[in-house]
Amino acid sequence: MVRVCFTPNLRRYVACPSLNASGDTVGEVLAQVFAQQPRLKSYVLDDQSRLRRHVTVYLNDRKAELATAVATGDEVYVMQALSGG
Amino acid sequence: MTERLMAATRKGLFILQHQADGWEILRSAFLGDPVSLAMADPRDGRYYAALKLGHFGVKLHASEDEGATWHEVACPAFPPAEGDNGPSVLEIWALEPGKRPGELWAGTIGGGLFHSTDGAASWQLVDGLWNHPLRSNWFGGGNDAPGIHSICIDPNDPVHLTLAVSCGGVWQSRDAGATWRPTSEGIYAEFMPPARRNDPSIQDVHRLVQCPARPSALWAQHHNGVFHSTDAGESWQEVTAIRPSKFGFGVAVHPKDPERAWFVPAVKDECRIPVDGAVVVARTTDGGRSFEVQREGLPQRHAYDLVLRHGLAIDRAGRWLAIGSTSGHLWVSDDQGMRWQMAAGHLPPIYALSFAGA
Repeated sequence: MVRVCFTPNLRRYVACPSLNASGDTVGEVLAQVFAQQPRLKSYVLDDQSRLRRHVTVYLNDRKAELATAVATGDEVYVMQALSGG
Repeated sequence: MTERLMAATRKGLFILQHQADGWEILRSAFLGDPVSLAMADPRDGRYYAALKLGHFGVKLHASEDEGATWHEVACPAFPPAEGDNGPSVLEIWALEPGKRPGELWAGTIGGGLFHSTDGAASWQLVDGLWNHPLRSNWFGGGNDAPGIHSICIDPNDPVHLTLAVSCGGVWQSRDAGATWRPTSEGIYAEFMPPARRNDPSIQDVHRLVQCPARPSALWAQHHNGVFHSTDAGESWQEVTAIRPSKFGFGVAVHPKDPERAWFVPAVKDECRIPVDGAVVVARTTDGGRSFEVQREGLPQRHAYDLVLRHGLAIDRAGRWLAIGSTSGHLWVSDDQGMRWQMAAGHLPPIYALSFAGA
Protein backbone atom coordinates (compact mmCIF):
# COMPACT_ATOMS: atom_id res chain seq x y z
CA MET A 1 0.00 0.00 0.00
CA VAL A 2 1.03 3.56 -0.79
CA ARG A 3 -0.25 6.66 0.99
CA VAL A 4 -1.55 9.33 -1.42
CA CYS A 5 -1.94 12.95 -0.29
CA PHE A 6 -3.27 15.91 -2.26
CA THR A 7 -2.55 19.62 -2.01
CA PRO A 8 -5.11 21.44 0.15
CA ASN A 9 -5.54 23.81 -2.80
CA LEU A 10 -7.25 21.03 -4.71
CA ARG A 11 -9.81 20.53 -1.95
CA ARG A 12 -11.36 23.84 -2.95
CA TYR A 13 -12.67 22.12 -6.06
CA VAL A 14 -13.09 18.42 -5.40
CA ALA A 15 -13.02 16.04 -2.47
CA CYS A 16 -9.59 14.45 -2.20
CA PRO A 17 -8.86 13.07 1.26
CA SER A 18 -5.58 11.28 1.84
CA LEU A 19 -5.98 7.57 1.28
CA ASN A 20 -4.15 4.32 0.65
CA ALA A 21 -3.88 2.76 -2.80
CA SER A 22 -1.81 0.12 -4.51
CA GLY A 23 0.10 -0.24 -7.76
CA ASP A 24 3.58 -0.64 -9.16
CA THR A 25 3.96 2.94 -10.38
CA VAL A 26 2.77 6.40 -9.42
CA GLY A 27 0.41 6.26 -12.39
CA GLU A 28 -1.09 2.97 -11.33
CA VAL A 29 -1.57 4.19 -7.78
CA LEU A 30 -3.29 7.35 -9.00
CA ALA A 31 -5.46 5.33 -11.39
CA GLN A 32 -6.75 3.38 -8.40
CA VAL A 33 -7.52 6.63 -6.61
CA PHE A 34 -9.36 7.97 -9.67
CA ALA A 35 -11.42 4.77 -9.86
CA GLN A 36 -12.75 5.71 -6.44
CA GLN A 37 -12.93 9.46 -7.15
CA PRO A 38 -13.66 9.87 -10.88
CA ARG A 39 -14.01 13.68 -10.78
CA LEU A 40 -10.50 14.01 -9.40
CA LYS A 41 -8.83 12.65 -12.52
CA SER A 42 -9.29 15.69 -14.77
CA TYR A 43 -7.85 17.96 -12.09
CA VAL A 44 -4.57 16.04 -12.01
CA LEU A 45 -4.27 14.64 -15.55
CA ASP A 46 -4.95 16.33 -18.89
CA ASP A 47 -7.02 15.03 -21.83
CA GLN A 48 -4.24 12.61 -22.78
CA SER A 49 -3.82 11.32 -19.23
CA ARG A 50 -0.53 13.17 -18.81
CA LEU A 51 0.26 14.91 -15.57
CA ARG A 52 -1.01 18.46 -15.92
CA ARG A 53 1.69 20.96 -16.75
CA HIS A 54 1.35 22.82 -13.47
CA VAL A 55 0.82 19.80 -11.25
CA THR A 56 3.82 18.15 -9.62
CA VAL A 57 4.07 14.75 -7.94
CA TYR A 58 6.57 13.88 -5.25
CA LEU A 59 7.34 10.33 -4.21
CA ASN A 60 8.50 10.67 -0.62
CA ASP A 61 11.13 13.42 -0.96
CA ARG A 62 11.81 13.13 -4.71
CA LYS A 63 10.01 14.60 -7.72
CA ALA A 64 8.39 11.76 -9.63
CA GLU A 65 6.72 10.94 -12.92
CA LEU A 66 3.72 8.75 -13.57
CA ALA A 67 6.08 5.96 -14.60
CA THR A 68 8.14 6.14 -11.40
CA ALA A 69 8.09 2.82 -9.50
CA VAL A 70 6.62 2.75 -6.01
CA ALA A 71 7.05 0.36 -3.09
CA THR A 72 4.94 -0.48 -0.10
CA GLY A 73 5.15 2.23 2.52
CA ASP A 74 5.93 5.02 0.05
CA GLU A 75 4.04 8.31 0.12
CA VAL A 76 2.83 10.13 -3.00
CA TYR A 77 2.19 13.88 -2.78
CA VAL A 78 0.17 15.58 -5.53
CA MET A 79 0.96 19.28 -5.50
CA GLN A 80 0.32 22.34 -7.62
CA ALA A 81 3.29 24.29 -8.92
CA LEU A 82 3.36 27.78 -7.44
CA SER A 83 2.74 30.37 -10.12
CA GLY A 84 0.57 33.28 -11.13
CA GLY A 85 -0.74 36.35 -9.35
CA MET B 1 -38.29 40.88 -17.84
CA THR B 2 -35.45 41.67 -15.44
CA GLU B 3 -32.25 42.01 -17.38
CA ARG B 4 -29.08 40.44 -16.09
CA LEU B 5 -25.51 40.68 -17.22
CA MET B 6 -22.81 38.10 -16.55
CA ALA B 7 -19.21 39.24 -16.37
CA ALA B 8 -16.63 36.47 -16.59
CA THR B 9 -13.35 37.72 -15.18
CA ARG B 10 -9.86 36.65 -14.28
CA LYS B 11 -10.93 36.18 -10.68
CA GLY B 12 -14.54 35.13 -10.71
CA LEU B 13 -17.99 35.45 -12.22
CA PHE B 14 -20.17 38.46 -11.42
CA ILE B 15 -23.89 38.55 -12.13
CA LEU B 16 -25.38 42.01 -12.35
CA GLN B 17 -29.06 42.91 -12.34
CA HIS B 18 -30.74 45.99 -13.72
CA GLN B 19 -32.43 48.07 -11.02
CA ALA B 20 -34.46 51.24 -11.29
CA ASP B 21 -31.37 53.39 -10.75
CA GLY B 22 -28.75 51.36 -12.58
CA TRP B 23 -26.95 48.05 -12.42
CA GLU B 24 -26.00 46.24 -9.22
CA ILE B 25 -23.90 43.16 -8.64
CA LEU B 26 -26.49 40.61 -7.56
CA ARG B 27 -24.09 37.79 -6.78
CA SER B 28 -20.68 36.38 -7.51
CA ALA B 29 -19.26 32.90 -7.92
CA PHE B 30 -15.87 31.20 -8.29
CA LEU B 31 -14.11 34.10 -6.56
CA GLY B 32 -10.38 33.89 -7.13
CA ASP B 33 -10.67 31.56 -10.13
CA PRO B 34 -10.40 32.52 -13.81
CA VAL B 35 -13.76 32.29 -15.61
CA SER B 36 -13.24 32.39 -19.36
CA LEU B 37 -16.90 32.86 -20.31
CA ALA B 38 -20.48 32.46 -19.10
CA MET B 39 -23.70 31.80 -20.96
CA ALA B 40 -27.38 31.80 -20.03
CA ASP B 41 -29.28 29.29 -22.13
CA PRO B 42 -32.41 31.08 -23.35
CA ARG B 43 -34.24 27.75 -23.79
CA ASP B 44 -34.28 26.62 -20.19
CA GLY B 45 -32.68 29.45 -18.19
CA ARG B 46 -29.71 27.32 -17.23
CA TYR B 47 -26.49 29.23 -16.64
CA TYR B 48 -23.09 27.88 -17.68
CA ALA B 49 -19.66 29.07 -16.52
CA ALA B 50 -16.37 27.92 -18.03
CA LEU B 51 -13.37 27.93 -15.71
CA LYS B 52 -9.73 27.92 -16.63
CA LEU B 53 -8.02 26.83 -13.44
CA GLY B 54 -4.35 27.65 -13.65
CA HIS B 55 -3.16 24.38 -12.19
CA PHE B 56 -6.07 22.03 -12.55
CA GLY B 57 -7.34 22.58 -16.06
CA VAL B 58 -10.54 23.61 -17.78
CA LYS B 59 -13.88 22.95 -16.07
CA LEU B 60 -17.51 23.63 -16.91
CA HIS B 61 -20.16 24.37 -14.31
CA ALA B 62 -23.93 24.81 -14.58
CA SER B 63 -26.58 26.48 -12.43
CA GLU B 64 -30.32 25.84 -12.38
CA ASP B 65 -31.06 28.72 -9.99
CA GLU B 66 -29.69 31.75 -11.85
CA GLY B 67 -26.22 31.45 -10.43
CA ALA B 68 -27.08 30.99 -6.74
CA THR B 69 -25.55 27.48 -6.72
CA TRP B 70 -23.35 25.71 -9.24
CA HIS B 71 -22.39 22.14 -10.00
CA GLU B 72 -19.73 20.71 -12.25
CA VAL B 73 -20.81 19.16 -15.55
CA ALA B 74 -18.79 17.35 -18.19
CA CYS B 75 -16.11 19.41 -19.87
CA PRO B 76 -15.13 19.07 -23.52
CA ALA B 77 -12.01 16.90 -23.79
CA PHE B 78 -10.05 15.43 -26.66
CA PRO B 79 -10.15 11.65 -27.04
CA PRO B 80 -6.90 9.74 -26.41
CA ALA B 81 -4.43 10.21 -29.25
CA GLU B 82 -1.42 8.20 -30.36
CA GLY B 83 2.04 9.52 -29.57
CA ASP B 84 3.26 12.02 -26.99
CA ASN B 85 1.79 15.19 -28.44
CA GLY B 86 -1.93 14.55 -28.25
CA PRO B 87 -4.14 17.63 -27.79
CA SER B 88 -5.73 18.89 -24.62
CA VAL B 89 -8.41 21.54 -24.19
CA LEU B 90 -6.70 24.68 -22.89
CA GLU B 91 -9.76 26.93 -22.61
CA ILE B 92 -13.45 26.98 -23.50
CA TRP B 93 -13.59 30.01 -25.79
CA ALA B 94 -17.12 29.76 -27.19
CA LEU B 95 -20.31 28.16 -25.88
CA GLU B 96 -23.60 28.39 -27.74
CA PRO B 97 -26.99 26.72 -27.41
CA GLY B 98 -28.05 24.60 -30.36
CA LYS B 99 -31.52 24.13 -31.75
CA ARG B 100 -32.57 20.83 -30.22
CA PRO B 101 -33.21 20.47 -26.48
CA GLY B 102 -29.95 19.90 -24.64
CA GLU B 103 -27.83 20.67 -27.69
CA LEU B 104 -24.69 22.76 -27.10
CA TRP B 105 -21.66 23.68 -29.17
CA ALA B 106 -18.30 24.55 -27.58
CA GLY B 107 -15.23 26.04 -29.23
CA THR B 108 -11.90 25.65 -27.51
CA ILE B 109 -8.33 26.85 -27.47
CA GLY B 110 -6.68 23.72 -28.66
CA GLY B 111 -8.74 24.02 -31.82
CA GLY B 112 -11.44 21.47 -31.13
CA LEU B 113 -15.12 22.05 -31.74
CA PHE B 114 -17.26 19.96 -29.40
CA HIS B 115 -20.92 19.02 -29.55
CA SER B 116 -23.23 17.97 -26.72
CA THR B 117 -26.74 16.63 -27.18
CA ASP B 118 -27.46 16.08 -23.50
CA GLY B 119 -26.95 19.43 -21.81
CA ALA B 120 -23.22 18.96 -21.14
CA ALA B 121 -23.57 15.51 -19.61
CA SER B 122 -21.17 14.42 -22.37
CA TRP B 123 -19.28 15.95 -25.32
CA GLN B 124 -18.10 14.66 -28.68
CA LEU B 125 -15.25 16.12 -30.71
CA VAL B 126 -16.53 17.22 -34.13
CA ASP B 127 -14.28 15.00 -36.24
CA GLY B 128 -15.29 16.54 -39.56
CA LEU B 129 -13.54 19.77 -38.61
CA TRP B 130 -10.74 18.30 -36.54
CA ASN B 131 -9.70 15.94 -39.35
CA HIS B 132 -9.97 18.52 -42.13
CA PRO B 133 -6.60 18.63 -43.92
CA LEU B 134 -6.46 22.44 -43.87
CA ARG B 135 -6.79 22.54 -40.08
CA SER B 136 -3.05 21.92 -39.86
CA ASN B 137 -2.59 25.46 -41.21
CA TRP B 138 -4.15 26.96 -38.08
CA PHE B 139 -1.86 28.55 -35.52
CA GLY B 140 -2.21 30.29 -32.19
CA GLY B 141 -2.78 34.03 -32.12
CA GLY B 142 -1.63 35.21 -28.71
CA ASN B 143 -2.24 31.76 -27.26
CA ASP B 144 -0.30 28.51 -27.26
CA ALA B 145 -2.71 26.92 -29.73
CA PRO B 146 -5.37 28.05 -32.20
CA GLY B 147 -8.83 28.59 -30.81
CA ILE B 148 -12.47 28.67 -31.92
CA HIS B 149 -13.94 31.78 -30.32
CA SER B 150 -17.10 32.41 -32.32
CA ILE B 151 -19.89 29.97 -33.20
CA CYS B 152 -22.82 31.32 -35.22
CA ILE B 153 -25.84 29.06 -35.60
CA ASP B 154 -28.25 30.12 -38.32
CA PRO B 155 -31.62 30.53 -36.54
CA ASN B 156 -33.45 29.71 -39.78
CA ASP B 157 -31.32 26.70 -40.61
CA PRO B 158 -29.70 25.32 -37.44
CA VAL B 159 -27.57 22.74 -39.29
CA HIS B 160 -25.74 25.72 -40.82
CA LEU B 161 -22.81 26.61 -38.58
CA THR B 162 -20.30 29.40 -39.10
CA LEU B 163 -17.16 29.53 -36.97
CA ALA B 164 -14.24 31.84 -36.61
CA VAL B 165 -10.79 30.68 -35.55
CA SER B 166 -7.79 32.63 -34.33
CA CYS B 167 -5.77 32.02 -36.41
CA GLY B 168 -7.68 29.88 -38.86
CA GLY B 169 -10.26 32.02 -40.64
CA VAL B 170 -13.99 31.53 -41.10
CA TRP B 171 -15.35 28.00 -41.51
CA GLN B 172 -18.80 26.78 -42.43
CA SER B 173 -20.77 23.57 -42.24
CA ARG B 174 -24.16 23.09 -43.88
CA ASP B 175 -24.75 19.64 -42.41
CA ALA B 176 -24.62 20.10 -38.63
CA GLY B 177 -20.85 19.76 -38.49
CA ALA B 178 -20.29 16.69 -40.65
CA THR B 179 -18.36 18.52 -43.37
CA TRP B 180 -16.58 21.86 -43.38
CA ARG B 181 -14.95 24.36 -45.70
CA PRO B 182 -13.12 27.66 -45.10
CA THR B 183 -14.97 30.71 -46.37
CA SER B 184 -12.74 33.72 -45.95
CA GLU B 185 -12.80 35.06 -49.51
CA GLY B 186 -11.94 38.76 -49.39
CA ILE B 187 -10.32 38.68 -45.97
CA TYR B 188 -6.58 39.23 -46.03
CA ALA B 189 -3.76 39.14 -43.49
CA GLU B 190 -1.35 41.99 -44.11
CA PHE B 191 1.14 40.55 -41.61
CA MET B 192 1.62 37.29 -43.54
CA PRO B 193 4.15 36.60 -46.30
CA PRO B 194 2.63 37.74 -49.62
CA ALA B 195 1.98 34.21 -50.87
CA ARG B 196 -0.15 33.42 -47.82
CA ARG B 197 -1.83 36.81 -47.43
CA ASN B 198 -5.19 35.61 -48.74
CA ASP B 199 -5.01 32.05 -47.45
CA PRO B 200 -8.50 31.39 -46.03
CA SER B 201 -7.23 28.94 -43.44
CA ILE B 202 -4.81 31.25 -41.58
CA GLN B 203 -6.85 34.43 -41.16
CA ASP B 204 -6.80 35.93 -37.68
CA VAL B 205 -10.45 36.76 -37.20
CA HIS B 206 -10.72 38.15 -33.67
CA ARG B 207 -14.50 37.89 -33.42
CA LEU B 208 -17.41 36.99 -35.68
CA VAL B 209 -21.10 37.80 -35.14
CA GLN B 210 -24.26 37.06 -37.12
CA CYS B 211 -27.47 39.09 -37.23
CA PRO B 212 -30.28 36.81 -35.98
CA ALA B 213 -32.91 38.60 -38.07
CA ARG B 214 -30.81 38.29 -41.24
CA PRO B 215 -28.33 35.43 -40.79
CA SER B 216 -26.68 36.16 -44.13
CA ALA B 217 -25.25 39.32 -42.53
CA LEU B 218 -21.98 38.70 -40.73
CA TRP B 219 -19.47 41.09 -39.17
CA ALA B 220 -15.86 40.25 -38.37
CA GLN B 221 -13.24 42.15 -36.41
CA HIS B 222 -10.01 40.86 -37.87
CA HIS B 223 -6.43 41.43 -36.73
CA ASN B 224 -5.90 44.00 -39.45
CA GLY B 225 -9.34 45.45 -39.94
CA VAL B 226 -13.09 45.05 -40.09
CA PHE B 227 -14.83 42.85 -42.66
CA HIS B 228 -18.49 42.48 -43.54
CA SER B 229 -20.41 39.83 -45.44
CA THR B 230 -23.94 40.01 -46.78
CA ASP B 231 -23.95 36.57 -48.43
CA ALA B 232 -23.60 34.30 -45.40
CA GLY B 233 -19.83 34.50 -45.40
CA GLU B 234 -19.25 33.36 -48.95
CA SER B 235 -17.46 36.65 -49.64
CA TRP B 236 -16.22 39.49 -47.48
CA GLN B 237 -15.74 43.21 -48.00
CA GLU B 238 -13.29 45.28 -46.00
CA VAL B 239 -14.87 48.12 -44.01
CA THR B 240 -12.45 51.02 -44.18
CA ALA B 241 -14.64 53.79 -42.77
CA ILE B 242 -14.20 52.68 -39.16
CA ARG B 243 -12.51 55.18 -36.86
CA PRO B 244 -10.53 56.10 -34.85
CA SER B 245 -8.66 52.89 -35.80
CA LYS B 246 -9.31 49.57 -37.47
CA PHE B 247 -7.70 47.31 -34.84
CA GLY B 248 -9.76 45.75 -32.09
CA PHE B 249 -11.23 42.55 -30.77
CA GLY B 250 -14.96 42.79 -30.14
CA VAL B 251 -17.91 43.33 -32.45
CA ALA B 252 -21.66 43.30 -31.79
CA VAL B 253 -24.48 43.42 -34.33
CA HIS B 254 -28.02 44.53 -33.58
CA PRO B 255 -30.26 41.43 -33.46
CA LYS B 256 -32.89 43.01 -35.75
CA ASP B 257 -30.86 45.41 -37.89
CA PRO B 258 -28.05 43.78 -39.88
CA GLU B 259 -26.53 47.14 -40.84
CA ARG B 260 -26.08 48.30 -37.24
CA ALA B 261 -22.87 47.15 -35.55
CA TRP B 262 -20.47 48.26 -32.81
CA PHE B 263 -16.72 47.94 -32.36
CA VAL B 264 -14.21 49.00 -29.70
CA PRO B 265 -11.08 50.17 -31.52
CA ALA B 266 -7.57 50.14 -30.06
CA VAL B 267 -4.40 51.70 -31.46
CA LYS B 268 -2.99 48.68 -33.29
CA ASP B 269 -1.72 45.18 -32.76
CA GLU B 270 1.61 46.10 -31.19
CA CYS B 271 0.00 48.81 -28.99
CA ARG B 272 -3.21 47.47 -27.53
CA ILE B 273 -4.57 50.53 -25.76
CA PRO B 274 -7.31 53.03 -26.68
CA VAL B 275 -6.39 55.70 -29.21
CA ASP B 276 -5.26 58.86 -27.36
CA GLY B 277 -6.08 57.21 -24.01
CA ALA B 278 -9.81 57.65 -24.66
CA VAL B 279 -12.24 54.74 -24.47
CA VAL B 280 -14.65 54.93 -27.41
CA VAL B 281 -17.11 52.74 -29.25
CA ALA B 282 -17.45 52.93 -33.03
CA ARG B 283 -20.96 52.42 -34.40
CA THR B 284 -22.24 52.04 -37.91
CA THR B 285 -25.92 52.16 -38.81
CA ASP B 286 -25.48 51.87 -42.57
CA GLY B 287 -23.66 48.60 -43.09
CA GLY B 288 -20.20 50.05 -42.57
CA ARG B 289 -20.33 52.92 -45.02
CA SER B 290 -19.94 55.40 -42.17
CA PHE B 291 -19.20 55.35 -38.45
CA GLU B 292 -19.83 57.57 -35.48
CA VAL B 293 -17.54 57.55 -32.46
CA GLN B 294 -19.44 57.21 -29.19
CA ARG B 295 -17.76 58.72 -26.13
CA GLU B 296 -20.39 60.03 -23.68
CA GLY B 297 -19.97 58.43 -20.28
CA LEU B 298 -16.66 56.79 -21.20
CA PRO B 299 -13.29 58.02 -19.86
CA GLN B 300 -11.53 60.32 -22.31
CA ARG B 301 -8.18 61.01 -20.62
CA HIS B 302 -5.46 58.55 -19.64
CA ALA B 303 -7.71 55.52 -19.91
CA TYR B 304 -5.95 52.33 -20.96
CA ASP B 305 -8.83 49.89 -20.93
CA LEU B 306 -8.67 47.14 -23.54
CA VAL B 307 -11.88 45.33 -24.45
CA LEU B 308 -11.22 41.70 -25.35
CA ARG B 309 -13.12 39.78 -28.04
CA HIS B 310 -15.94 38.66 -25.76
CA GLY B 311 -15.99 41.91 -23.81
CA LEU B 312 -18.61 43.63 -26.00
CA ALA B 313 -22.16 42.29 -25.74
CA ILE B 314 -25.67 43.14 -26.85
CA ASP B 315 -28.83 41.63 -25.42
CA ARG B 316 -31.25 39.54 -27.49
CA ALA B 317 -33.75 42.38 -27.85
CA GLY B 318 -31.15 44.90 -28.95
CA ARG B 319 -31.85 47.28 -26.10
CA TRP B 320 -28.75 46.91 -23.94
CA LEU B 321 -25.09 47.11 -24.87
CA ALA B 322 -22.19 46.45 -22.51
CA ILE B 323 -18.43 46.68 -22.68
CA GLY B 324 -16.04 45.28 -20.09
CA SER B 325 -12.31 45.97 -20.01
CA THR B 326 -9.09 44.41 -18.89
CA SER B 327 -8.92 47.20 -16.30
CA GLY B 328 -12.08 45.88 -14.65
CA HIS B 329 -14.44 48.60 -15.81
CA LEU B 330 -17.92 47.67 -17.00
CA TRP B 331 -20.08 50.14 -18.89
CA VAL B 332 -23.68 49.70 -20.06
CA SER B 333 -25.81 51.65 -22.52
CA ASP B 334 -29.58 51.52 -23.04
CA ASP B 335 -29.66 53.90 -26.01
CA GLN B 336 -27.62 52.12 -28.67
CA GLY B 337 -24.33 53.42 -27.31
CA MET B 338 -25.12 57.13 -27.35
CA ARG B 339 -24.53 57.34 -23.59
CA TRP B 340 -22.71 54.91 -21.32
CA GLN B 341 -23.03 54.38 -17.59
CA MET B 342 -20.47 52.62 -15.43
CA ALA B 343 -22.07 49.53 -13.93
CA ALA B 344 -18.97 48.37 -12.04
CA GLY B 345 -15.58 49.95 -11.67
CA HIS B 346 -13.39 47.63 -9.68
CA LEU B 347 -13.85 44.19 -11.17
CA PRO B 348 -10.95 41.90 -12.02
CA PRO B 349 -9.88 41.96 -15.69
CA ILE B 350 -12.99 41.17 -17.71
CA TYR B 351 -12.79 38.32 -20.21
CA ALA B 352 -16.38 38.00 -21.40
CA LEU B 353 -19.82 39.55 -21.03
CA SER B 354 -23.20 38.06 -21.83
CA PHE B 355 -26.76 39.15 -21.11
CA ALA B 356 -29.34 36.91 -19.48
CA GLY B 357 -33.00 37.58 -18.88
CA ALA B 358 -34.36 36.54 -15.50
